[in-house]
Amino acid sequence: MRLNKILKNTLLVLTACLVLSACATKKEVATDIQGQMQGDVYTGTDTVKYLADGVPDRVFFATNESILTTASRETLRAQAAWLRKNPNINVVLEGHADERGTREYNLALGERRANAAKDYLMTYGISSDRITVLSYGKERPVDSGSNPLAWSKNRRSVTVKAN
Amino acid sequence: MTKTILILLFILIPIKANALIEVDITRGNLNPLPLAVSPLSIDEESRKGFEKILKKENIGSEISNIVENNLRTSGLFNPLDKKAFLQAPDIANLKPRFEDWNLIKAQALITGKVNYVDDKLRVEFRLWDVLAAKEMMALAFTTVPNNWRRVGHIISDKVYERLTGEKGYFDTRIIYVSEEGPKTQRIKKLAIMDQDGANNKFLTLGNELVLTPRFNPASQMVTYLSYFKNMPRVYLLDIETGTQEVVGDFPGMTFAPRFSPDGKKIIMSFAKDGKSDIYTMDLENRIVEKITNHPSIDTSPSYSPDGKYITFNSDRSGYQQIYVMKNDGSDVKRISFGNGLYGTPVWSPRGDLIAFTKLHKGKFYIGVMRTDGSGERLLTENYYQEAPSWSPNGRVLIFYRETKTNSKGEGFSAKLWSIDLTGYNERQIKTPTDASDPSWSSLLSN
Repeated sequence: MRLNKILKNTLLVLTACLVLSACATKKEVATDIQGQMQGDVYTGTDTVKYLADGVPDRVFFATNESILTTASRETLRAQAAWLRKNPNINVVLEGHADERGTREYNLALGERRANAAKDYLMTYGISSDRITVLSYGKERPVDSGSNPLAWSKNRRSVTVKAN
Repeated sequence: MTKTILILLFILIPIKANALIEVDITRGNLNPLPLAVSPLSIDEESRKGFEKILKKENIGSEISNIVENNLRTSGLFNPLDKKAFLQAPDIANLKPRFEDWNLIKAQALITGKVNYVDDKLRVEFRLWDVLAAKEMMALAFTTVPNNWRRVGHIISDKVYERLTGEKGYFDTRIIYVSEEGPKTQRIKKLAIMDQDGANNKFLTLGNELVLTPRFNPASQMVTYLSYFKNMPRVYLLDIETGTQEVVGDFPGMTFAPRFSPDGKKIIMSFAKDGKSDIYTMDLENRIVEKITNHPSIDTSPSYSPDGKYITFNSDRSGYQQIYVMKNDGSDVKRISFGNGLYGTPVWSPRGDLIAFTKLHKGKFYIGVMRTDGSGERLLTENYYQEAPSWSPNGRVLIFYRETKTNSKGEGFSAKLWSIDLTGYNERQIKTPTDASDPSWSSLLSN
């Protein structure tokens, strides 16, 4: 199982490298996506809102994945710090998927993504009582495009103030 | 014993030989059977009577139009142009002049008569074999005038059954999700219509997101997912009374509901802590049973028609694939092994096949496979399509298809489509708004 995970991650990195090198040879595509995606995880700031200064509201995921990237963990640590400073604020973690999956599976995937974010917040001291998870599957995209960049923006977990 | 069988055979064979017309629905039908649907004849008094109640100038023609349209869309029949008909409807119904119908190449002929009797609609119809110059079937029924469209559907079902040897699917309804508004903020409502798109009716107002309605195969109840109060839960809706109640009130999201074949249970997924498992709830005593128990996503469950097995999709192998298990959750077997991802398995009402959605190299397919996973056959390929639902006779699949948007994110649409099990006769089903998540009812008249 563990070996599987490692293999999968290596594969992910490998594909990421392949995608990147492919981009490098095609100039037009490169200008479009460069700096906004790593592998197929969105790294741009177009859609990001802020819960407070320096506290982004969302994290992004690779296709079919719910693993938190280094950048996502950084975002969630900032959110945890902000939540610790504001003990009266509760949050809803809204999990989303892109449009390239079946509706029901995507509902489950959105739930899994939001839970990955929830687990991380909890390890940084936020009580589960303050967190509600809500999956929208592919029902509420932020970008209506049908292209890899749009999909990467839509694969997300967004932390929303509940009160 | 052998003697009786032999005698029976002898009797059967000549009848078979005489019944010349037979439509083979197991193949893609490239030569649909030419047939003539003569307008149902109607006397002037009856015509006026119905015109008053139903606001239709000639209810006889209207009913025959429904029959004609149904038979045409099945892809198995080619209804001929009425302008070429030589015989008047009333005389044709008494005694067709078969030479005349033969002349226009009709192999079968449907005739009939409508009467206004005691505020009721009385319809009789006959199916004729033109080549054999014989009556194949004659039926009459009486109903309230408002049922006139259903009369057309029932006649279509009878004709379909007589000519193909299998039950029809015309006297049925489709429940679906009506969609409006921009892609990022779709307004979704439950809607229901007759199989041919008539009598469209919205069942919810669009205040909350609703998804995946499914018919109870045994009654006119529907189960679906609603985001009422932002809590995604499985609900039950009685179409006749409009009563709604939550059935999947678990501490988390319940989704992907379907009825058991006898209509007594709902099977659904419950998502908690990043895991989705499959549960059943007995609707009578509300007893809940956990069917799968795995850290993966297990969802989109569907019962076999005998209720003994369940098919579902799971990503326990690492990616979304189709599995079959016994109804108690034991004996889980993966059945999809082709390239790509597999989801939304739905067991055919005939029991022999499972329809599914497949994603491979950026394309979505609707396909079917045997219940052990062998004999995979892809029926249609597109940018995005999913969620097949079977016609009650297991011959047609209805599903929804979404379009790719342009570089500005414009041009999105979602529509219902149907395709024959043969892979032929793909058709868009017209709906007043965009549409998704269709579910086909069983035959209303049984």
